[in-house]
Amino acid sequence: MPDATGLELIAQELGEQMPESITGTSFQRGRAELQAAPATLHDVIAQLQDKGYTMVMSVHGCDYWPEEPRLGVIYELLDMERVDRITVKVRVTAEEPHVPTIIDLFAGADFDERETYDMFGVIFDGHPDLRRILMPEDYEGHPQRRDFPVGGEPVLFTYNEARSYGKDQ
Amino acid sequence: MEIKREPLENPDFRARQLLARDMLRGELEGEALEKFVQESVLTTTVDKAVSWARGNSFFPLTFGLACCAIEMMTIVAARLDIARFGFEAFRASPRQADLLILSGRVSIKMAPVVRRIYDQMLEPKYAISMGACCSSMGVFNNYALVPSDKFMPIDVHVPGCPPRPEALAHGILRLREKVQKTEKDGWRVRYDAVGTEEVLTGTDTDSAHISVFKPGDTAGA
Repeated sequence: MPDATGLELIAQELGEQMPESITGTSFQRGRAELQAAPATLHDVIAQLQDKGYTMVMSVHGCDYWPEEPRLGVIYELLDMERVDRITVKVRVTAEEPHVPTIIDLFAGADFDERETYDMFGVIFDGHPDLRRILMPEDYEGHPQRRDFPVGGEPVLFTYNEARSYGKDQ
Repeated sequence: MEIKREPLENPDFRARQLLARDMLRGELEGEALEKFVQESVLTTTVDKAVSWARGNSFFPLTFGLACCAIEMMTIVAARLDIARFGFEAFRASPRQADLLILSGRVSIKMAPVVRRIYDQMLEPKYAISMGACCSSMGVFNNYALVPSDKFMPIDVHVPGCPPRPEALAHGILRLREKVQKTEKDGWRVRYDAVGTEEVLTGTDTDSAHISVFKPGDTAGA
């Protein structure tokens, strides 16, 4: 982890190169986090890659409902030589969930982005093959969003079997 | 040297042996022959004999879905050895198996696969739903899973999370009992089935009652 000062230095440097690319920082429990704007996210990740964060450990989503903007996409980057981790977080609205893809920088982000699309409906602009990866192709909705019902099916027991199956039991 | 003979354990056995020899030589006649036949012939029906053999020689399919499969593997091991009942031959192909043990949770994506495997099995075929997940979805009752009753007929449900190996062995023995005595019971009544073939007659208007949560429906959330 960069310490709190190191994080501020990184944020300041990126902010000077790309104005308004960094909207905030947070340093909690030893975890450094950069909050980035969706428009410049690709460049921010590219800069961090040049700084030595050469591996993307995870790309995942989060739904902050009822906060706005609602959806978050979180990138966990790792510097394997210094064993140094940094988190980049972007927030998008549920109406316009567009985030640039980083697949040209990190090929390994392919399935992670597809899963984030599948579960949260975040659209990664520029992704060559943005399909569902876990749920069936014809599934409707994005099940990890918080306004999605917990789902499942009514459990069958002896007392409701006739009602559920209909037949003259 | 004197030869010492052990006393016969079962003197009747020797007597019957001699009787059988006499019968084969054609020396038994009249009442003695009648008595011999009464004592040595067992009458039954073909159906009963076939279901007796069938219930004592299930070939389960090698098919594990989740953690219940670990318990399923245990029943063929030394402690619970179901080879004692004739169920030890786990077949690697559905064409050779006649018992499908659903051991674990079935997801929406896996359900068509399971159904296809079940359809590939030859008649007569039976299915055991093992554990809470594939019977009532247990702790995973969410958007991803589907209970096995919705897409295939199940003969025996074994509850538990996961069921102990003893419970599964008990379930298989109950299935044996069902096959040998009351094969017509269970889902066969519901589907108007013949043997293990499910027949859906006419348009089932009542199937609209099967309630499934739809995306966007927040009532169940």
